[in-house]
Amino acid sequence: MKKLRLIAGVLVLGLSAAACGGAKVEDDSAAAPSASAAGSAAASAGGTVKIAINGWVGYEADAAVVSYLLEHELGYKVEKVTLAEEPSWQGMESGDVDVILENWGHPDLKKKYIEEKQIAVEAGSTGNKGVIGWYVPEWMVEKYPDITDYKNLNKYADLFKTSESDGKGQMLDGDPSFVTNDEALVKNLKLDYKVVYAGSEAALIKAAKQATDQKKPLLMYFYEPQWLFNQVKLVKVNLPAYTEGCDSDPKKVACDYPPYDLDKIVSKKFADTGGKAYELIKAFQWTNDDQNAVADDITNNGMSAEDAAKKWVEANTAKWQAWMPK
Amino acid sequence: MVSAPVQVAPPVQAPARVRRLPRWVAPVAGVVAVVALYVAFRGKAVLPHDDDATLFHWLNDARDWVDENRNSSPIFLYVVNYLRLGAAGVYEGLQAGLVALGWPGLLGLAAGLGWLAGGWRIALVSFAGFAGVGVLGFWEASVETLALTLSAVLLSLLFGIPLGIWAGRSHRVRRIVTPVLDVMQIMPTFSYLSPMVLLFLIGPASATIATMIYAMPPAIRITAMAIQRVSGVAVEASESLGATRWQTLGKVRLPLALNTITLGVNQTIAAALSMVPLTALIAAPGLGEDLLRALARVNVGAALVPGVAIVLIAIVLDRMTRAAAQRRESGTRARAVRWGGFAVLTAAGLALVPAMAQEFPEQWQVQIVRPINDVVDWIEAHWYTFTGFLNDVVAYGLLNPLQDVLTSAPWWLVTAAVLVFAWRVSGLAAGLVATVCLLCVAALQLWEHAMETLTLVLVASVITIAAGLALGVAAARSRWFAAGLRPVLDAAQTMPSFSYLLPAVALFGNGRFTAITASFIYAVPVVARLVEDGLRAVPGTVMEAARSAGSTDRQLLWKVQLPMARGSLLLAANQGIVMTLAMVVIGALVGAGALGYDVVAGFAQQEDYGKGLAAGVALVLLGVMLDRITQGANGRRSPHKKRNA
Repeated sequence: MKKLRLIAGVLVLGLSAAACGGAKVEDDSAAAPSASAAGSAAASAGGTVKIAINGWVGYEADAAVVSYLLEHELGYKVEKVTLAEEPSWQGMESGDVDVILENWGHPDLKKKYIEEKQIAVEAGSTGNKGVIGWYVPEWMVEKYPDITDYKNLNKYADLFKTSESDGKGQMLDGDPSFVTNDEALVKNLKLDYKVVYAGSEAALIKAAKQATDQKKPLLMYFYEPQWLFNQVKLVKVNLPAYTEGCDSDPKKVACDYPPYDLDKIVSKKFADTGGKAYELIKAFQWTNDDQNAVADDITNNGMSAEDAAKKWVEANTAKWQAWMPK
Repeated sequence: MVSAPVQVAPPVQAPARVRRLPRWVAPVAGVVAVVALYVAFRGKAVLPHDDDATLFHWLNDARDWVDENRNSSPIFLYVVNYLRLGAAGVYEGLQAGLVALGWPGLLGLAAGLGWLAGGWRIALVSFAGFAGVGVLGFWEASVETLALTLSAVLLSLLFGIPLGIWAGRSHRVRRIVTPVLDVMQIMPTFSYLSPMVLLFLIGPASATIATMIYAMPPAIRITAMAIQRVSGVAVEASESLGATRWQTLGKVRLPLALNTITLGVNQTIAAALSMVPLTALIAAPGLGEDLLRALARVNVGAALVPGVAIVLIAIVLDRMTRAAAQRRESGTRARAVRWGGFAVLTAAGLALVPAMAQEFPEQWQVQIVRPINDVVDWIEAHWYTFTGFLNDVVAYGLLNPLQDVLTSAPWWLVTAAVLVFAWRVSGLAAGLVATVCLLCVAALQLWEHAMETLTLVLVASVITIAAGLALGVAAARSRWFAAGLRPVLDAAQTMPSFSYLLPAVALFGNGRFTAITASFIYAVPVVARLVEDGLRAVPGTVMEAARSAGSTDRQLLWKVQLPMARGSLLLAANQGIVMTLAMVVIGALVGAGALGYDVVAGFAQQEDYGKGLAAGVALVLLGVMLDRITQGANGRRSPHKKRNA
């Protein structure tokens, strides 16, 4: 008896669902930047912009300044969604993300989400030039001058041994979701190393500081723009030079990282309906020094992201006024 | 004998207990055989990890298919996407409702509900708890977390209670449902996330559904138990008076079972709250997001504060529902007083809404991030040699050797050792289940990572159970010590698993040892409590008899109390191991690697999705295996005691 009712219920549910013609994911009303603002519309004139926050402070600096301008100059409400890089793209599909502010390459994702699915579009360069590479503290180069050539790394592998590296040298990586070819590099360059993930940018920075202060050997993945280079001297290890296309197969990479022109990605929907917020984000462009100044304030000077953004905005009026929608 | 189940470590394992004489012959022979086989076959038939395994590619292809057909396949158009929209609707509705109440309104409502549930004490706890969240400066995020928790709990109850009633009434349904629930409760929280992302994408909808599934088992279990326990006399009386089955259910069974079912609600909320912070990994809003961000910055202070906020929410909801469950209808207060008080408190809160600022006033917030970080920095600077030493001792002394053995032993030897060990400890059925689980792990092509995870679990479990045993024994022997320990254990059991990572990270930075420390803090309270309860349950007459026969305290403990409490001790070991597994996996967020890391990487990177999904399943299998090995000797545990991460 009860079972019958259950089945009948399910059937009715199914039929009524069928009658509606099915639901597509982009039907989700939350995807439109202004639709979800209803709940707290009182404070904001323009609606809500959902900005993905990826896990490094340079990105946060971009987001802090853009958010500050959106909120205080244009009257938008900003929702920050903490996500790793690839899920941020997925978020544009599900409607949880409108904007990625600092994209590092990702040609595969561009192909999938911009060309094939057509749910995202490029919104121009941030003006920041990105470098990824392997670094050692400066004191090591003074002591072992030939260590900056990758061919000599095996000679020094013993120096880099730790409890986590399986008897090999430790190659310290950051967050596993960062752009990295290091496991393939170690394998393809036949290096006697093991990639160990510190887990985050902060853990890398801590390791770099300890390696410098305590003269501990360290080989690590790192990148620019980064405020740390103002505090700690690190030297890049030379991997085989990058040539166009040498990194096209992620399993077979045996060359250095390409130079990155960091850019902004927005969801198609946001590009179409984002109005002034979209125009501001499209026009946003600054230098590595600008970003480092804000990132440094956030990390080392105990400022909240908002305060750091405010300080930069007040000191650089001419720069940001050029981004403002006319 | 007590800690025997922990020494699962093949090949140096010692089967627990032999009933024939001489007791030591069989285990020693077993150990010798395993060691000999290990030495002979070391490095052969190992299953090294391969990121390119066909299974992973196959799962990736499945994911791609789903991605392409999300908006065209009828399964998605008519079922999955509606579920997503429905869950999103529930969440958005609740969230908008809670926000619309404004902070004074919500505080008033909380106090009112507290009053309704258990009088002024609970009203005060509710008010203070929620106000505390605001004082910590996390009002907005807390409301989101609350909305997410409540929507998941609501849905869990919506499906769980009817299922529970059905299971309570039908023996057959119960037989089908019970093993499914067992597995659901052993599953580490992480494993729920990847399939959810596949079906429902990321975001609050997906998070709500994941949390709902995770929180449902206690609702089903306790409802079924409550319905079953309704006295037959009452049911018969009602039936003999001519009530239909539905009338009996609605007027007799449910009202009589109500208090117990409310306890089920309590457990469901606890489960949901321990899951919700983790869903930040799939872009759910709320406190989890702040926690994750702070963990990524290794900012202990910034991570601790949202952790405390979650604990406050957990305490409020726990006390409220527990009080509601204990309420007696024939209580002291009249209906009018109860509802009147509720109305007054809520109205007072709502009346303040227009008068107060929209956001929780900043001048009431206290900043405690900095002082916490100062302490952490000091510890880091001054204890560095000690913490580093501890880390190295455990890593070089225990983790690395054990991991070497497990990953260099042939897979069939590990499997055979597990089979024999589980058979001895828990019987043939358990042994076979454990073996099948291990074989499935091998088939998932994650053997090496599974062995690494197993290493972590074994080392952490040994440390945890040893400490829990010592604390439990001490508490059972000294009332004074027990009284001091109890509030600490109470607090520890209310906390969500996530927050246990923080003190560990503060002390040891990122790495495997941190995960071990976190699982230690997480599981020790439960182990200690079970041990204490077990020892206390030994009948006084037995103790008297032993004492009058001239036993010393020491003899009393080893020869009488511990053997007689064997069941509880095994349960303690079982819980310790299952909880350790759950926590070690979460430790992947702070660099513990292995299977947990595969799962996390699966969310983050498309090409790792298949591996992450497989790793989630492998974790479940490991959990079932460890659970079976350690629980066979004892009966089924009660649903109340179970709360894994």
